[in-house]
Amino acid sequence: MTVVDHINAFARRVPTWGLYILCLLPVPWLLYLAQTGGLGREPIKALEHELGEIALQLLIIGLTITPLRRLLGVNLLKFRRALGLLAFTYVALHLLVWLVLDVGILSQIWADILKRPYITIGMVGFILLLPLAVTSNNWSVRKLGAGWRKLHRLSYLAVLLGGAHYIMLTKTWAAEPLLYMAAILGLLALRLPKVRSKQAV
Amino acid sequence: MAHRWTNNLTREEITPEPLFMNRRQLIAGAAAGAAVAGLSTRADAQEALEPNPWEDITQYNNFYEFGTGKTDPAAYAGALTTDPWTVTIDGLVEKPGEYSFKDIMAEMTVEERIYRFRCVEAWSMVIPWNGFELADLLEMAGAQPEGKFVRFETLYRPEEMVGQKYRTIDWPYVEGLRMDEALHPLTIMATGIYGKTIPNQNGAPMRLVVPWKYGFKSIKSIVRITVTDEEPVNTWQDLQASEYGFYANVNPEVDHPRWSQATERKVGGGLFSKRVPTLMFNGYAEEVASLYEGMDLRKYY
Repeated sequence: MTVVDHINAFARRVPTWGLYILCLLPVPWLLYLAQTGGLGREPIKALEHELGEIALQLLIIGLTITPLRRLLGVNLLKFRRALGLLAFTYVALHLLVWLVLDVGILSQIWADILKRPYITIGMVGFILLLPLAVTSNNWSVRKLGAGWRKLHRLSYLAVLLGGAHYIMLTKTWAAEPLLYMAAILGLLALRLPKVRSKQAV
Repeated sequence: MAHRWTNNLTREEITPEPLFMNRRQLIAGAAAGAAVAGLSTRADAQEALEPNPWEDITQYNNFYEFGTGKTDPAAYAGALTTDPWTVTIDGLVEKPGEYSFKDIMAEMTVEERIYRFRCVEAWSMVIPWNGFELADLLEMAGAQPEGKFVRFETLYRPEEMVGQKYRTIDWPYVEGLRMDEALHPLTIMATGIYGKTIPNQNGAPMRLVVPWKYGFKSIKSIVRITVTDEEPVNTWQDLQASEYGFYANVNPEVDHPRWSQATERKVGGGLFSKRVPTLMFNGYAEEVASLYEGMDLRKYY
């Protein structure tokens, strides 16, 4: 058996609920840290940033599933829905922290969403993820047929917006958000028809 | 001359109990300043301003010379050598030259100043500084009347300041003030916090504090002070002029292009700490608003 076979065999044995539990563990851990000083002297911003970063990481991991299968034959397809829903959960928590703990003033929330491009972009990204989360069940997949695949391509746009949102909020050109964006662009480039046809040859 | 301004908060009101004993060991100058402050009966003295604990002030810093993370300065600033320390004072001054920090301190009167501190990132603290008035230092060097501005420079020493190994910004860090701002009694050079020597991460051995301006104006670990007739280009203005100006006065009505400046959150309040309204000139309008009379503060942000 090759390494890929081993990975595939292992992936078949791991239940998806295991992934849900594993990926949700940071939530209670971060809340515990925030309460006990582990997130520093200003835990609200720290919690908000941690949740946003995990969301972006999960979205990016979600983007690797298809190329991994096509290019390396590693089949992790069964985890893709979980990764998407987990990413959505973290985006929603990130938004919730911003709404309730960070800003908490309704008039300022509206002003920020309308006036601050990085917040506008973040909000659009979240809204794009909503129909995807809602249709991430077997019934919707059957009902929507070919439309489901089209609809779920919105995730490409959402993750791009997420990457841009991160770049735009730093004060200087920081390396981390740029690396995330590079990963996103690279993974999306693998999906371009031209790149795909070259791989097929 | 010193003592041109006194705190409008009494010491008892603002000193956390456990720290009080500690602060009895303040040097004489500071103690005298505090005594004067205690007599203050101004109306806004009633305001419940409490200084942040030492941990907030020393573990949540922006000092990109040691990294861009808030805890980077506390983690890495220990490597900085602050003794010996020399400050070059030059430009339009009668006595230009290299002044050792010790010689400067021998001439200056240190007093305690409890100031609000508002970062451009919309967080804030209250900090009990110890320091001397910048006006006294400029007087010592003999600043000439043609000098309209003062330019400040932070140390550039990448072997001790790890953040300077990356070109996050164009080192060395530069800041500037108009001469009337520099001579204003609120403007100090801080050399201590809570009566202790100022920690490296807060800008040891000597940093500017201009309480009515965003924190980035309060340049740290200063090695050069130049009196000039040209408006200096400060580092953040140089980096992003549409977002950071020369004046950088705290102003709740003029937003940063990417976020609101109408409110701020005091550091150290935990997970459920609420935002509070930001005050014009960070609460020092009475003292400094006259400096900007007739100026369009939207244009000169």
